[in-house]
Amino acid sequence: MPASAAPVRDPGVPTSPLRRVAADFFADPVATFGFALLALLVALALFAPLVSPQNPYDLAQIDVLDGRLPPGAAAATGGTYWLGTDDQGRDMLSAIFYGLRISLSVGVASTIVALAIGVVAGLAAAWAGGRIETLVMRVVDIQLSFPAILIALILIAVLGQGTGKVVAALVTVQWAYYARTVRSAALVERRKEYIEAARCLALSPLRIVAGHLLPNCLPPLIVVATVQVAAAIALEATLSFLGLGLPITEPSLGLLIANGYQYLLSGKYWISFFPGLALLASIVSINLVGDRLRDVLNPRLQR
Amino acid sequence: MTAFVIRRLIESVVVLFAMSLIVFVGVYAIGNPVDILINPQAEPLERERAIAALGLDRPLWEQYVTFLRGAVTGDLGRSFVHATPALGLIVEKMPATLELAFVAMLLAVVLGIPLGLWAGLKPDALSGRAIMAGSILGFSLPTFWVGLMLIMVFSVMLGWLPSNGRGPTVDVLGIGVSFLTVDGWRHLILPATNLALFKLALLIRLTRAGTREALLQDYVKFARAKGLPQRRVIGVHVLRNILIPIVTVAGLELGSVIAFAIVTESVFAWPGMGKLLIDSINLLDRPVIVAYLLVIVAIFITINLVVDVLYSALDPRVRLTESRG
Repeated sequence: MPASAAPVRDPGVPTSPLRRVAADFFADPVATFGFALLALLVALALFAPLVSPQNPYDLAQIDVLDGRLPPGAAAATGGTYWLGTDDQGRDMLSAIFYGLRISLSVGVASTIVALAIGVVAGLAAAWAGGRIETLVMRVVDIQLSFPAILIALILIAVLGQGTGKVVAALVTVQWAYYARTVRSAALVERRKEYIEAARCLALSPLRIVAGHLLPNCLPPLIVVATVQVAAAIALEATLSFLGLGLPITEPSLGLLIANGYQYLLSGKYWISFFPGLALLASIVSINLVGDRLRDVLNPRLQR
Repeated sequence: MTAFVIRRLIESVVVLFAMSLIVFVGVYAIGNPVDILINPQAEPLERERAIAALGLDRPLWEQYVTFLRGAVTGDLGRSFVHATPALGLIVEKMPATLELAFVAMLLAVVLGIPLGLWAGLKPDALSGRAIMAGSILGFSLPTFWVGLMLIMVFSVMLGWLPSNGRGPTVDVLGIGVSFLTVDGWRHLILPATNLALFKLALLIRLTRAGTREALLQDYVKFARAKGLPQRRVIGVHVLRNILIPIVTVAGLELGSVIAFAIVTESVFAWPGMGKLLIDSINLLDRPVIVAYLLVIVAIFITINLVVDVLYSALDPRVRLTESRG
């Protein structure tokens, strides 16, 4: 699709691409809601130590006698447990803020690393072609024919448990998506005139690929990366729930949910329920943003 | 066609072999199973004997060769924990997992295709939008949390259905199945629903997209112009054309349902091979992990191969280009 398919708006006022995308994005109320929710969750995660009523992992601040209190119960030290407490007497609201911090950072960190690996592999495949391309794409195809959970479990079984290993598993699961996305975008872009022009200027291949080709492959990558953050968060939560994810010293939302599982059967729903809601809110808000980005960044859908 | 199948078979064997090597070497590197399996208070001599009995004293490559030699004859080693053949343990648990996976897939197909068709025919109606919103939710909800919520609502609050286990099984040709008894169904329905949810969302989306595309095709316009009733246009002309990709995806997804059963089985304490895998990872029961992974890879490769071949048989437009190469 040629560049002329871009919408022609008020030709007198020059608009930056970013501003145009932002204007398009916020034209949709559902996406705006998703963005606002996501911003709130990220803020809560970032400032968890400041906004939490207590530090749930400071043993001096928690009281075992306050264990398993229902939502709204009064704390022995004054104050209210708005979302109840877990078996250790931790305030669930604070535990969720801290859990959000861990879940989101693991999701984002693994996505960034996977993105870097996937982009390099995908660009190398598209640019070099031949054997390198065949090899990379064969590995990608084989990997993508197995579900992510299975690959992650194999890796955890192989590597053992721990934060670094969970991130490694999430990276391994994700990189193939980026490699495939960036390759297909690069295959289209590399045939365009501006790449030819850059070649005529005798720019180094590295400069053409990194400076000219990559920026033009970004839109589909951004969309895939957004959705993949949500997938990584969900996968990490699943691994943690199965007892194969993050260690107990770094309780992500998945671990909080797993922790409440045994109490669920005796009707103490809040220990699992509220962390699950926080997890759900994170995933849904990211997906709403990703869905809208897909529409906004797709030149084919622009009227 | 034959060349294609042979090529795919060779490729499959290579993948299986590579997986066995990666998994075996990797699982060996986890840690020392000796520390976990043998009583730390055991006498040194007793320890030595146990290590020798488990074959853990020999070099890694020798263990692998022994393992491969056994694998060819269907012997994937003995479980450290249960002291029975690892493959036997997996095969014993397989019917429970397969039953769960088939019921879940059936649910997803039986509900997903009509709902997707409806949403595709009425994309702007409230009902169509509600179905799509539900399918987006089905994609977003983490399976294990949905499982917990199902237990919370239907087992704890309403007390209608049991929260875990498989219930009584009836032997059919020597395989225990639970779908023949009422109590079996009561145990089956929650985990199967849980497992079906994601695939249901997927099938709704696929069917909807296929329907919307098919409705714009000339053959549908001609069928309408001929004056065929709506029921026939939809039931024969639209459905037949969109069914091929849907059946293909449903087939391919069967493997992923079996893999995803790991999560559902853990939530509902369903005694299948997924739960066995999680238990084995926690106990570092090496042979069972390796056996499970090889079995599931074999299942995947088989499903992919069968679906590929069936697809080309069903749809004459598909040329297996690789057969010429």
